[in-house]
Amino acid sequence: MKRESNRSKLLSRRAMLLAGGKVGLLAALAGRLYYLQVVRGGRFAMLADENRINIRLLAPPRGHIVDRFGVPLAVNRPTYRAVLVAEQAGDIPSTLDAVATLVPLTEADRRRVARDLRNKHSFVPIAIREDMTWDEMTRVEVNTLDLPGVSIEQGLIRHYPFGEETSHIVGYVASVSEKELDSDDPLVELPDFRIGKSGVEKQYDLELRGTGGTSEVEVNAFGRIVRELAHEDGLAGQEIVLTIDMALQDFATRRCAAEGSSSAVVLDSWTGEVLALASSPGYDPDAFASGLTPAHWKDLIENPYNPLTNKAIAGTYAPGSTFKPMMAMAGLEAGVLTPETEFFCPGYFQLGNSIFHCWKKEGHGTLAVRRAIKESCDVFFYHTADLLGIDRMAQMANRFGLGVKLGIDIPGEKTGLIPTRAWKLATTGVSWQRGETISCGIGQSFVSVTPLQLATYAARLATARAVLPQIARSQGVMMPADTVATAVKSEFEVLGVQQKHLDLVRDGMYGVVNEPHGTAYGARITDAAMTMGGKTGTAQVHHISEAEREHGHLTGIRVPWQQRDHALFIAFAPVSAPRYVCAVVVEHGGTIGGEGGAVAAPIASDLLIEAQKRDPARRVPPVPFGGTTLAKG
Amino acid sequence: MRWLFENARQPTLAVKLLNVNWMLVLLLATIAGVGFAMLYSAANGNWQPWAARQVLRFAVAVVVMLAVALVDIRFWLRSAYVFYAVTMVLLIAVEVRGAIGMGAQRWIDLGLIQLQPSEFMKIALILVLARYFNALPPEDIRRPVKLLVPALFVFVPAILVLKQPDLGTALMLVIGGAAMFFLAGVRLWKFALIIAAAGAVIPFAWTHLRDYQRNRIYTFLDPESDPLGAGYHSLQSKIAVGSGGVFGKGFLSGTQSHLSFLPERQTDFIFTILAEEFGLIGGLALLALYGLVFIYGYAIAFRSRSHFGRLLAFGITTNMFLYVFINMAMVIGLIPVVGVPLPLISYGGTAMLTVMFGFGLLMSVYVHRDIRIGRHGDTEQ
Repeated sequence: MKRESNRSKLLSRRAMLLAGGKVGLLAALAGRLYYLQVVRGGRFAMLADENRINIRLLAPPRGHIVDRFGVPLAVNRPTYRAVLVAEQAGDIPSTLDAVATLVPLTEADRRRVARDLRNKHSFVPIAIREDMTWDEMTRVEVNTLDLPGVSIEQGLIRHYPFGEETSHIVGYVASVSEKELDSDDPLVELPDFRIGKSGVEKQYDLELRGTGGTSEVEVNAFGRIVRELAHEDGLAGQEIVLTIDMALQDFATRRCAAEGSSSAVVLDSWTGEVLALASSPGYDPDAFASGLTPAHWKDLIENPYNPLTNKAIAGTYAPGSTFKPMMAMAGLEAGVLTPETEFFCPGYFQLGNSIFHCWKKEGHGTLAVRRAIKESCDVFFYHTADLLGIDRMAQMANRFGLGVKLGIDIPGEKTGLIPTRAWKLATTGVSWQRGETISCGIGQSFVSVTPLQLATYAARLATARAVLPQIARSQGVMMPADTVATAVKSEFEVLGVQQKHLDLVRDGMYGVVNEPHGTAYGARITDAAMTMGGKTGTAQVHHISEAEREHGHLTGIRVPWQQRDHALFIAFAPVSAPRYVCAVVVEHGGTIGGEGGAVAAPIASDLLIEAQKRDPARRVPPVPFGGTTLAKG
Repeated sequence: MRWLFENARQPTLAVKLLNVNWMLVLLLATIAGVGFAMLYSAANGNWQPWAARQVLRFAVAVVVMLAVALVDIRFWLRSAYVFYAVTMVLLIAVEVRGAIGMGAQRWIDLGLIQLQPSEFMKIALILVLARYFNALPPEDIRRPVKLLVPALFVFVPAILVLKQPDLGTALMLVIGGAAMFFLAGVRLWKFALIIAAAGAVIPFAWTHLRDYQRNRIYTFLDPESDPLGAGYHSLQSKIAVGSGGVFGKGFLSGTQSHLSFLPERQTDFIFTILAEEFGLIGGLALLALYGLVFIYGYAIAFRSRSHFGRLLAFGITTNMFLYVFINMAMVIGLIPVVGVPLPLISYGGTAMLTVMFGFGLLMSVYVHRDIRIGRHGDTEQ
């Protein structure tokens, strides 16, 4: 019995030891619960909410871009894609085969589907085919009964109905780049979001973009939506109405395209509105929205005509003789010229040892300012420049909008250059040479301007006010209907030049086009109500050496394209009450390698006829179509 | 009442029924009731598919428990080896032809219920060890040779279960068995020796663990390193428990469990629902209920006049403790996720039956507490 009792005591002792251990372990459980639920309770409560609530951003439809009459230039095209929900589909390979009989499926499509099937939950729709045509979509749609789990999703993709023709104005949208992700707007993080990359799309991106909506949804652990807790509609992007007249733009682009690398700008000088802004060649903006192929991109950047550059605002050219009306104004205003001041042109101008040639070898004889403009005498303006000095020339050039930023509302505008003494000293360290003033006097040497500046210069000659060009009407604020300007906008500053001087110069420009021996006589407008005045220009690209001059240098198409002169023309119409102005630059003289009067002037002439025919002052604005109301998808 | 059985060797059925520890039954029913409420909540406030069936199972299990309690304890002593042998055969049968579920073979499909022999083995092992050590003369406990057979009782089923593979049950068998050795008076240095030997075997055993078992150990060490992969269970259950705070989110208002963030929420992870909806208060209250059960178990053991009865009662209580501790510890991230149900609360037929069978044995010890039992099941005076 003693043995038994010892055994019993041992058992009791051991049991109590065990019990002690158990109490310790239970205390550990209680302690752990306290730690999780009290000490770290707040953090886990936060994690629990993050688990549960998912905020989804809803992209608003991007605002449309329309021309001044409401013709849509940038819209949102519905795009269709076939999606597959794996958990609803039976046998996926055979379903894909069935889809392939309706719409072509590439090997890459199949690989992408296979990858998505592995990586995504079975209730997440997987794209089988993106961007299907209407025909393809309907073929799949009518067969969905036989295709379990396959459905059609509709999205929106940016579409430019006029493609290349408006590419340099409207620009394009494309996927958000790494750098642009820094934006405060969470919309840019949406995988399918597109952002304005150039033109109006970029300039007015925020207005066009609208405000994102949100959908707050409760999700379970697999991301499946259980229900929507809150929904906030976004705000559709604003519609942007441009000053462009699409019919004129269409005409201008086709006219320019015929001359290869060229650009043209037509302004309503009374309002500064850009009616047409053509830069040829253009590019296909739709291709950017859906994603460029590397081959397409290579073609674009290797094209010698630079289709990606908007030459109208970013091309800088020596203005050549189109500079001369400004030179005449500078001379007259400074008093170094009077309407009667005469110079003798023997065909050249000598300064020290340097000889400056006139384009007319045999010379113009004795002439005053009006004939100097009309026949574009170089020697007359060599004298004028020499008398004025470069700084006074530059001052007047800037007053006419040359060599200054005009602040047009599309990105990429270049300043060009009107040199001054201070500029040369600062950039080269060498002081200004008198001979350089002479070359600048005929718009060569350092002088460079953009076609938009040339058009603005023409507008200022036409109105005597500091006209500024603009592309969007009222800077993004909607205008209810097309209002017709009846006079020059008073907010443009007065240039402060004497009207009689301006009249004289404009008269000279009338002569250029409408009188025999005028350099653009061949391009005159015969309809008396539409008569234009203008000025030709031929900008040397290649410096002509003395040797070449002696042996008779090549001209026109006998010279390699890159070395041919640029052909320029500026014009205003109607002469009686100038309103429409135009600047045309045809790089390297276009297809015939011609000069300003022969190549550029006919384009300007056609554009001004067209602009005047469409004169909104004589035209009842049509009922807006294509949606001047806020775009809804 | 004492006079009723003062001289009676064999008390009548009515007397036995009166002797059943009804407070313990009430305690068990309370815990099971908590379980029903949790299963009701797990199904988003529905009796189907879990709560209703669990109530039915508990009802059946209570009858089984009372039946076991009323059977003479000497019968259980005598049938221990048979019970163990039958369970062993079933366990081997699972190896041979088992239904495949959850990537592990654990069930024999008997049509009506899916039998999990490994669950029964937990009780059978306690029973067989209680009988063996009861029969062992106290001086023999010092002889290592005499410990070989009971060691085989423990390790053979443990290895079989590990092969299924069911780490949790294997762990319970080994620890539960070790506790019996400890209670029987095996010297402590022998445990130290076994532990040291096991330590030497660990590197070898590591290579035999299944990938998912290894991953569970890896991610246990740092569950947040792979929150959507292997560490998912661990992290999500901690989020559910932690977000409950002190007072919980309220009955049926747990967000994590209802939105399927919790895997296996009706079985092994059911404690998370309680902790999320009733907070720290609820969790501690449940711990207290289990604590009361263990105290009852100990009280029953101390009241028993037979060595067998005491060994059995301590063994069953320790086993229940292991269920509770391992389950809760894994749910709240103290130990790896191994797969042990929470007794009386987790949804599952075999576990319910096993646990109630165990409590039946405990009550049988209580009902027959005054019967003295000899080494071989014979009545002693």
